[in-house]
Amino acid sequence: MLSNKKQYYFNLFFFFVTASSAFVVILFVVGIFLVLFKEAFPAISRYGIIRFIFLSSWDPVREIFGGAVPLVGTLTTSFLALIVAVPVALGIAVFITEVAPKRLGEIIGMAIELLAAIPSIIYGMWGLFTLAPLQAKYIEPFLQNLLGGIPLLGRLFSGNTLGIDIFTASIILSIMITPFTAAVARDAFLVVPPVLKESAYGMGATKWEVIKDVVFPYCKMSILGGIGLSLGRALGETMAVAFVLGNLNQFPTSLFSPTATVTVKLANEFTEADKDIHLAALFYLAFLLFIMSLTILGVSKYFIHKTQKK
Amino acid sequence: MIRRRKIINKLALFFCFLTALWGLFWLIFILFDIIRHGITALTPSLFLNEPTPPGIPGGGLKHALIGHLLITLTATLIGVPVGILGGTFLAEYGRNYIISRIISFIADIMISIPAIIVGTFVFAFMVKPMGHFSGLAGGVSLAIIMIPIIVRTTENMLSLVPWTLREAAFALGAPYYKVIFQVVYRGAGVGIFTGVILAIARVAGEAAPLLFTSFNNAYTTYNIFQPMASLTVTIFQYAMGPYEDWHKQAWGASFLITLFILLLAIVGRYLVRLKFKA
Repeated sequence: MLSNKKQYYFNLFFFFVTASSAFVVILFVVGIFLVLFKEAFPAISRYGIIRFIFLSSWDPVREIFGGAVPLVGTLTTSFLALIVAVPVALGIAVFITEVAPKRLGEIIGMAIELLAAIPSIIYGMWGLFTLAPLQAKYIEPFLQNLLGGIPLLGRLFSGNTLGIDIFTASIILSIMITPFTAAVARDAFLVVPPVLKESAYGMGATKWEVIKDVVFPYCKMSILGGIGLSLGRALGETMAVAFVLGNLNQFPTSLFSPTATVTVKLANEFTEADKDIHLAALFYLAFLLFIMSLTILGVSKYFIHKTQKK
Repeated sequence: MIRRRKIINKLALFFCFLTALWGLFWLIFILFDIIRHGITALTPSLFLNEPTPPGIPGGGLKHALIGHLLITLTATLIGVPVGILGGTFLAEYGRNYIISRIISFIADIMISIPAIIVGTFVFAFMVKPMGHFSGLAGGVSLAIIMIPIIVRTTENMLSLVPWTLREAAFALGAPYYKVIFQVVYRGAGVGIFTGVILAIARVAGEAAPLLFTSFNNAYTTYNIFQPMASLTVTIFQYAMGPYEDWHKQAWGASFLITLFILLLAIVGRYLVRLKFKA
């Protein structure tokens, strides 16, 4: 048995151990921010902020670095992925909570969660060896024939159908990020007060009308949060995209053109950058990505937290 | 009019059914593909042999398997204690402080922060000062990804333990640390364990943070201060490489990782259900 005094001091000791462990989390965020800023500083002072963001050349030989192409690439692939992923995720959440029998819903929910458990490098490799050849051979030529003739819209489907392009990358991304929106939406749908739904049913509304006019509006903050969460994931996804996007420093001209994203550039060039300014420019990209994901994730988590408290 | 509404209703619900099918389709497609290609690559030599020089068939992934285990182990040894202790502070000692809510919120964000950013961070603050890549740096970067996950699950699990249990122990004169060890941890044991399993499953498949930290190594090494091969980085290298034999081994490695992670994920979810049913 420890004496009372010793117990008191041990308790104090344990308090400090746990407290410092918790503060490690804050240390990470502040540390990442400061370290990335410090490493990127040579590039920040040399290229400035506005110039770096709008400059599209990336030339290690002449030491001119601009982040426009990877930044546009990151945003394009992420938004294209969202366009596919959001309706699918909401559909899945509705199916699990409102349509399917409880047992089946649970199984499907778990299967969709497994999609999120598969590592991104597996998605990448599968994309490179399985999906990209399928895209190049069947899907992309089919789309090109079908839609290529339409003015304006056809432009999106022009170019060589190699399978290594924005289109393939966005499809893989959309599969990867679907579970995040779906999970948040499902949890939100489950806590909609039954009385609200029943009152709408009582008025003679169909199931879809109840979902559309009662469930969705009630959960709109959570849904937005879930979408933000998926967007945050998509922005930072590396390995899945690295395989199927190429690493070409060129603005995409159609859905079938290769380009680069921030993460792909980092993955491909980071260990090979032999000039300090090249490395600093890469750190600059990482810093911008960090700020972007921090903001988007922060806002979406805020939305989700706020609705959970209600 | 009513008829039209009914048709729209049916169509919309059918669309929801299709989306679920769409999700399942990709899951089965991917898993089936990994199994199909992976099974044929699983030979004893994949586990037992060192890699051969590029282009020469044969050889295995012994170096990457051992490296991967060591890096994941390092991450677990660092990440699990820090994570559990941090979560304990948020749910116990610090539960009434505003700073705890802030930490909890930040941890929530950190869970989704791009893994590659963590890699660049560890590169700048560990690899650069040390002068070379190392398995330890890889372990640290995985631990950084792990800690917020474990902090949050531990916090949640501890909060589920009823306060009356703690009060009963306090009434017997137990100091807080004893209450935590002997009452709270016991009550939340399964939950914390589940969180740890899911966190390991999450980091075991990471490749991006290892690219700049543990890098790669063509030989087997047990020294965590040396550059170290890992299954995920090897998959990246082999799949991008030009040799048929490399591709096959990359499929084999993918199969192993996917199997391991899905097993962990399923066990974790099973434990969660067990806990909340009881």
